[in-house]
Amino acid sequence: MMMKYELGHIPIEEIAWGQKTSVEGTLLQINREKLLEKTRGDDSRITSVRADIAKPGESVRIIPVKDVIEPRVKIDGKGGVFPGLISGVDTVGEGRTHVLKGCAVVTAGQIVGFQEGIIDMSGPGARYSTFSKLLNIVVCIDVKNGIAHHEHEEAIRLAGLRAAAYLGEVGRSATPAHLERFEMRPPFRSKGDDLPGIVYLYMLLSQGLLHDSYLYGQDMKNLLPTLIMPTEVMDGAIVSGNCVSACDKNTTYHHQNNPVIRELLNRDGIDLHFLGTVVTNCNVTLKDKTRSARYAVKLVHMLGADGAVITKEGFGNPDADTMMYCARLEEKGIRTVIISDEFAGVDGASQSLADTTPQADAVVSTGNANEPIALPHMDKVIGDIRVIEKMAGGQAGSLSQKGITVELQTIMGATNELGFEFLTARDE
Amino acid sequence: MRAVLYLNQFFGQIGAEDKADLEPLVKNGSVGPGNLFRELFGAQVEIAATVICGDNYFAEHIDEATEKVLSMIADYAPDLVLAGPAFNAGRYGMACGAVCEAVAKHQGIPAVTGMFPENPGVESFRKTVYIVKTKATTVGMREAAEKMCRLVLKLARKEPVGLPEEEGYLPRGLRRNYFAAENGASRAITMLLRKMKGETFTTEYPMPVFDRVAPLPPVERMSKATLALVTSGGIVPKGNPDRIESSSATRYGKYDISALQRLSPEFYETAHGGYDPTYANEDPNRVMPLDAARDMEREGKIGRLHPYYYATVGNGTSVARAGQFAGEIAKDLIISDVRAVIITST
Repeated sequence: MMMKYELGHIPIEEIAWGQKTSVEGTLLQINREKLLEKTRGDDSRITSVRADIAKPGESVRIIPVKDVIEPRVKIDGKGGVFPGLISGVDTVGEGRTHVLKGCAVVTAGQIVGFQEGIIDMSGPGARYSTFSKLLNIVVCIDVKNGIAHHEHEEAIRLAGLRAAAYLGEVGRSATPAHLERFEMRPPFRSKGDDLPGIVYLYMLLSQGLLHDSYLYGQDMKNLLPTLIMPTEVMDGAIVSGNCVSACDKNTTYHHQNNPVIRELLNRDGIDLHFLGTVVTNCNVTLKDKTRSARYAVKLVHMLGADGAVITKEGFGNPDADTMMYCARLEEKGIRTVIISDEFAGVDGASQSLADTTPQADAVVSTGNANEPIALPHMDKVIGDIRVIEKMAGGQAGSLSQKGITVELQTIMGATNELGFEFLTARDE
Repeated sequence: MRAVLYLNQFFGQIGAEDKADLEPLVKNGSVGPGNLFRELFGAQVEIAATVICGDNYFAEHIDEATEKVLSMIADYAPDLVLAGPAFNAGRYGMACGAVCEAVAKHQGIPAVTGMFPENPGVESFRKTVYIVKTKATTVGMREAAEKMCRLVLKLARKEPVGLPEEEGYLPRGLRRNYFAAENGASRAITMLLRKMKGETFTTEYPMPVFDRVAPLPPVERMSKATLALVTSGGIVPKGNPDRIESSSATRYGKYDISALQRLSPEFYETAHGGYDPTYANEDPNRVMPLDAARDMEREGKIGRLHPYYYATVGNGTSVARAGQFAGEIAKDLIISDVRAVIITST
């Protein structure tokens, strides 16, 4: 049976505070008080919420950023956006969803881990992040003193989702400028199809406290690898709870707009056959890694894959998972490509990955996250610039008269391992 | 601009292998390949001098030779230095690499050499020296000289240096970021389709190749065998008599422990610069477990302990150097009939 999904794009080109939260043409107006109220919800852990607007080209730096979320609303079909967290647990991915394109909710505020990041709205840092090109609604959320880290993380995560859902709601009555249509076939191949069959192996970081991802609200580290429809991902079935390095954490926005899923859907039936997506985790123990790797590889094999795209999140420890998936798939005759960033040192002279396998002969590099970059001061800082010296990729002395000198690691999404950006690295 | 050229005894027209022990000497103006360089540079660069050294002399006295050559070069205060090309001559390649590295490091001026990719000098110096890719033999002299001249001029004029394939130098193994024409996801799927079809594709990050050693079967009668201790944790007699570097070690030490039951913090310490030395200096046996080895010897678990231990620093030390140390140490151990080795790292 064919399942249908439509994604209606409502382009947002201007954003302003106003009386009423609404979309008129391409202008998104937001009632600030209402946004603050909705963001806070009834979470007693939250002590204050502030909201700011940051536009591309402005001399604005947002720091520290935790997550970025795209406002969407479910118009038709079962369930709601971010199921299992702020909506029920109905399976999403069918019917129709509207998206406010060109804007995003950015969560910031007191630092949770030390791995939140920077978004610069102009200057040299802006080139490295998609988020610098969006109209951002920044919600700075502070929580009660002495609250546990994981409670802090959860409070901010859910508040961000509520803010995005609140803004997304204005898209309900808007007429999309264009409508994308997707038809989901059962994943098994029909006979006589001679296009190469590709499965997407979607690794989600799940290393515990502050390094977790959620599927329908379920903590990924307690799940066996499973199957997911591309359109479920578009409805926010995967949410980031990650405080790993800013450069290569997959924010909720990245998941909603997963570029590998996009590309495979675009090319499905043209030069490949998109057989399905397997979501899997990256846990810390060898036993957990091995169990997930074997199980996920089995699923990829069951789908009849000739090839697989493996995407990653984080670095170091997850390199081991990545190589396990790659080697096992290749042993089964399933050809692989890996998308990974590199940690080759500030001079680029070190080995980039913590683990390797000879089978990993096709790797797409999304850049060396250690490469230093000098960022000038901005006229306005949303958040607190002093945390830069604590961030992964910053260090004591990062902050100077001239600006900040940091590793690319600190820039949100700069070396995203879903292949979101254009950055790469080569041998010189 | 002024250049100095470095050549071996053969290209320096002193003689063949019989002159390989020649100590460094300097001649004014250009010699041998220098004439070709002079022609290619034209009026832009004057070749002030040529420093010549025998391959064996250089190989056997690396530090001394480098120092002498460096000081001869400095006398001419050049703007740039060329060495070789060494083609596939191993000792010559090592010398050219060492000279260029030292010139760039100590004199802050550009130095370029040329080698065949399999020359061992490439592995040792590619990260620190611009090495133009040459053919294996002098057949490739003109081509190599042209590339070397072009590259060294760019460096001397501080012009941007292009990619390895554009400029003709061997990739230095330094990772540099740039923006590609397509995003990573799109590149990944294109690469995968090519790979699946059996077409050529280029990985954006070639996996480093490790030299994996298959373990030998277990030692059969350990109670009769001689055990040796080797460490990359930098435990050395106090004062570090062999001056083993705290990182990127170029040497190792061999130390007599025949009369010792354990290493005393009074007389031993670590030279390693890559970890917190507090605990190693408090009790050097934590890194170089002589105390435990003596216990095993007393308990009859091992036949006897080899009277020497070997130590180097494994902090950023290149695989090539480590391999060289290992080869030499292994030879020494085999001569002494050592049947088992415990290697401690940090």
